[in-house]
Amino acid sequence: MAKDVKPRVKVPKTAAAGEVITIKTLISHKMESGNRKDSNGNRIPRSIINRFTCDFNGQNVIDVEMQPAISTNPFFEFQAKVPESGEFKFTWYDDNGSIYEATRAITVS
Amino acid sequence: MRTVTTLLAASALLLGAGAAVADDHDRIEIDGVVLTLRAPAPAYLENMDEVMSGWLFRSEETQALQLDDFDNPAFVFLDQAMDDWSRVEGSEGKSCASCHEDLSGFAGLKTVLPRVVDGGLQTMEDIINAERVNRMGAEPLKYDSAAMNRMVALIGLQSRGMPMNVAVDGDAAPFWEQGRELYYTRVGQLDMACANCHEDNYGNMIRADRLSQGQINGFPVYRLKNAKLNSVHGRFKGCMKNIRATPYKPGSEEFKALELYVASRGNGLSVETPSVRN
Amino acid sequence: MRLTRRDALALGLGATAASFLPLRAVASAEEAIAAFTGGVEPAEGGVTLNAPEIAENGNTVPVSVEAPGATAIILIATGNPQPGVATFNFGPLAGAQSAATRIRLAGTQEVIAIAKMADGGFARASRVVKVTIGGCGG
Repeated sequence: MAKDVKPRVKVPKTAAAGEVITIKTLISHKMESGNRKDSNGNRIPRSIINRFTCDFNGQNVIDVEMQPAISTNPFFEFQAKVPESGEFKFTWYDDNGSIYEATRAITVS
Repeated sequence: MRTVTTLLAASALLLGAGAAVADDHDRIEIDGVVLTLRAPAPAYLENMDEVMSGWLFRSEETQALQLDDFDNPAFVFLDQAMDDWSRVEGSEGKSCASCHEDLSGFAGLKTVLPRVVDGGLQTMEDIINAERVNRMGAEPLKYDSAAMNRMVALIGLQSRGMPMNVAVDGDAAPFWEQGRELYYTRVGQLDMACANCHEDNYGNMIRADRLSQGQINGFPVYRLKNAKLNSVHGRFKGCMKNIRATPYKPGSEEFKALELYVASRGNGLSVETPSVRN
Repeated sequence: MRLTRRDALALGLGATAASFLPLRAVASAEEAIAAFTGGVEPAEGGVTLNAPEIAENGNTVPVSVEAPGATAIILIATGNPQPGVATFNFGPLAGAQSAATRIRLAGTQEVIAIAKMADGGFARASRVVKVTIGGCGG
């Protein structure tokens, strides 16, 4: 799984101090629900991303607990307040222990 | 039997009530590029006046996914294709990027494919594999594989907004005729031809699904159903299974001819690759 | 008996539909909600849940939630094998207590959003989403 997992994030490059911005994230992942069976009738084990977080300069924006009902290639859109210049950090936690990260800098003008 | 038919028809009507064909769109804009969703039917389409993008037949929510390249999940696969693009493979120590400075050189290529080269039909897949084998000394990609479909989509994207314009005459004429024949020939247990759904009944419901014209200007397409990129030949295969026919193989001469013919039915529509459908 | 094409089509597709009857949850939606609210009865209003009236495919249904002043919002799909979908916890830098995502719905069902408000109360909203079984799977 890990080699195909690819995060995409969309964050404006600049903002005014205190501005609320829209962030979108998408990551390639099968999100195998654990409810499906293979052609031999054996249950396919669950393998999902179970948590997603976004932090800015160490402070939390959103922390999402995810269940198998989140679609393949999980997408989130949410709002963040930008008090100063800094860096957004996005983290996805896989059932298999893998952690996928992305960062984006933003400049407050 | 009668009961089954009536019940299904009733539920189709019920569910279809909220999802009419969008009449108010002639074009959409994605990332600053204008796409034409309706065009006058080419003269050789005797039974239709207008050709219409499959986008018009989808629900508002599905349509919205295609309007922004970030919302469009196909782009996770295009990112993977970009990685493939610059990965060195094969005996010559080359990647695609070693010879091709940038992708924009492929603008327009999709609009003329399939085309006749050396007496045979050439698809985008054929071009990619010929380059891999002859220039890179790499293994060809499997037709209709994930790696192939995303590369076809990445190169197709370079033509987005340009009108489809495949040749139907000259060298192409016999292949086009073969494709046309396949399009109108009833096959399978349900004894149906492409035309029965996509020419005679587009806009009507097939159970809870609205039939489109079966245009391929947006392929490879991200389908909500399987959450991946789907190739033209993969879709043909799916349609043939639906009508309980034995499908031709992806990459077969039959499917290439059908691809040329179906592409020609969309001449004038913009390349939409990668589109989003249900 | 002579089958018309339309009859044959309906019959064939009817058989397909019968083999895809969705699994139904065994009423654990209430349990998931109780675990979130601690048994407090949520008020109607104060949280907005947006979802399509009809989803073209249950695999990818766009939904969004918003509850000004909430600290968390839980999303429940009452008709799924496991009703829990997601819990959105809003941090100090959340620009709004809102989020959008795409979810799987195993069939036509009620989707519920419950918001935990900063004052300890709860708010509830729900929508019925009809999930169509497409004509041509491919």
